[in-house]
Amino acid sequence: MSQIYFSEDHEWIEVEGDVGVVGITNYAQEQLGDVVFVETPEVGAALDQGDEAGVVESVKAASEIYSPVSGEVSDVNEELADNPGLVNEEPEDGAWFFKIKLSDPGELDDLMDAAAYKKFCKDQD
Amino acid sequence: MAADASKTRSLAETPLAPLHERLGAKMVPFAGYSMPVQYPDGVLKEHQHTRAAAGLFDVSHMGQAFLIAEDGSDPAALLEELVPAELQALEAGRQRYTQFTNERGGILDDLMVTRPLADLGRERLYLVVNAACKDADFAHLEARLAGRARVERLEDRALIAVQGPEAAAAVAAVFDDQALLARPFMSQTLARFDGAVCWLSRSGYTGEDGYEISCPADGAEALSEALLARQTVKPIGLGARDSLRLEAGLCLYGHDIDETTTPVEAGLAWSIGKRRRAEGGFPGAETVQRQLAEGPARKRVGIRPDGRAPAREGVEIQSESGERLGEVTSGGFGPTVGGPVAMGYVPSAFAAPGTRVGLSVRGKALPAEVRRLPFTPANFYRG
Repeated sequence: MSQIYFSEDHEWIEVEGDVGVVGITNYAQEQLGDVVFVETPEVGAALDQGDEAGVVESVKAASEIYSPVSGEVSDVNEELADNPGLVNEEPEDGAWFFKIKLSDPGELDDLMDAAAYKKFCKDQD
Repeated sequence: MAADASKTRSLAETPLAPLHERLGAKMVPFAGYSMPVQYPDGVLKEHQHTRAAAGLFDVSHMGQAFLIAEDGSDPAALLEELVPAELQALEAGRQRYTQFTNERGGILDDLMVTRPLADLGRERLYLVVNAACKDADFAHLEARLAGRARVERLEDRALIAVQGPEAAAAVAAVFDDQALLARPFMSQTLARFDGAVCWLSRSGYTGEDGYEISCPADGAEALSEALLARQTVKPIGLGARDSLRLEAGLCLYGHDIDETTTPVEAGLAWSIGKRRRAEGGFPGAETVQRQLAEGPARKRVGIRPDGRAPAREGVEIQSESGERLGEVTSGGFGPTVGGPVAMGYVPSAFAAPGTRVGLSVRGKALPAEVRRLPFTPANFYRG
């Protein structure tokens, strides 16, 4: 059974076993507007929680993507390079950014569940 | 990705503020005004719609004024003391683009000058200047021409741009004046909407055909709604206005041109009148004349990154060997080009189209190439 967590930087991570799939939330893509460029991390990169893991650029601005947990990048979504607009269309599904092998699953406690994240976004508006 | 909850109170509003709200615009502070940056369609679709059909832009924040000589004569020779354009020979109903220059030949602002049609009074000039510069521009005029000319600010007029291949047809239909289809680029026409006289200029800031319409503030909403009722016309925000003008290679004041750049360096020498090149007589004329004769040390160029990553304002432009050449002054994604586009200044030896350069983005030198401007062909009406 997988479980989804959310960061205050508007990333989501869906965790199954010790592997997490990371992307940006629907709220984040709405704030960004039309996404025109995505840079994902390199497979094999070792990331600490909060490290810069990539960049997403919209017609308006560039924003960094931060890793919600520590670990090693095991896969990246190659499709986003050619089709960055997928981030607007399927932010919490097809437009995942990278997969990461968690080195410290305890870090998930720092993140929010769906209900807490929904409230967090509401407070931002 | 912090959410930006900008406070828009204490900002000025244009006469179209209620319309923007009804249309669901996202409002942002710009030059002291609350302005629509985008509507629900978003920047990308708004840009593409303008290139394919027509877009309506609220540009009422810009400064409109008459320049009037105190002795009632033609003020063109007076304004020529502050700008390098040929204005004395400007005919009634014709418009020119020019710049206020400083003593070093730098640009204080860029502006449009129209000699109005006879009905508006021949012995005056109609000016449209940038919103962020308007107070300084009008103070500059009043100080430099004190006792000889005065500025009559047109605070009670809105300004609406309609741009795109379908723009002229939409404007002609709304004003019920088919002659508007055939009016030349950079000309003025007077037409009535709902009884009020509007001043229509066949000009714009997108690289497309279209009109800029000055109308009484209290009639701006009805006119905009009549234009938006046309199937071809949609409202367009500042976001798409910026990507449209960037693809069209047009300068944004405070970014691509400022007090440190001359009209020659900026590639605006075409706007300097032939007589003015010979005679000078505007601030910084010696610098401008020398650059016209010898060529400028640096030039504004178009730059096209090879990859998909946009290079934004402030990014360093490097030679292939990594030497610093200059900076990007405007950059982003060009929806019509289908990739990133930028402008910036480089030494003249690096300004030839096809020159390979690097752009320092997030610590990496992204390969790019100097390109001829505009990135998208101009689509002005030439008759």
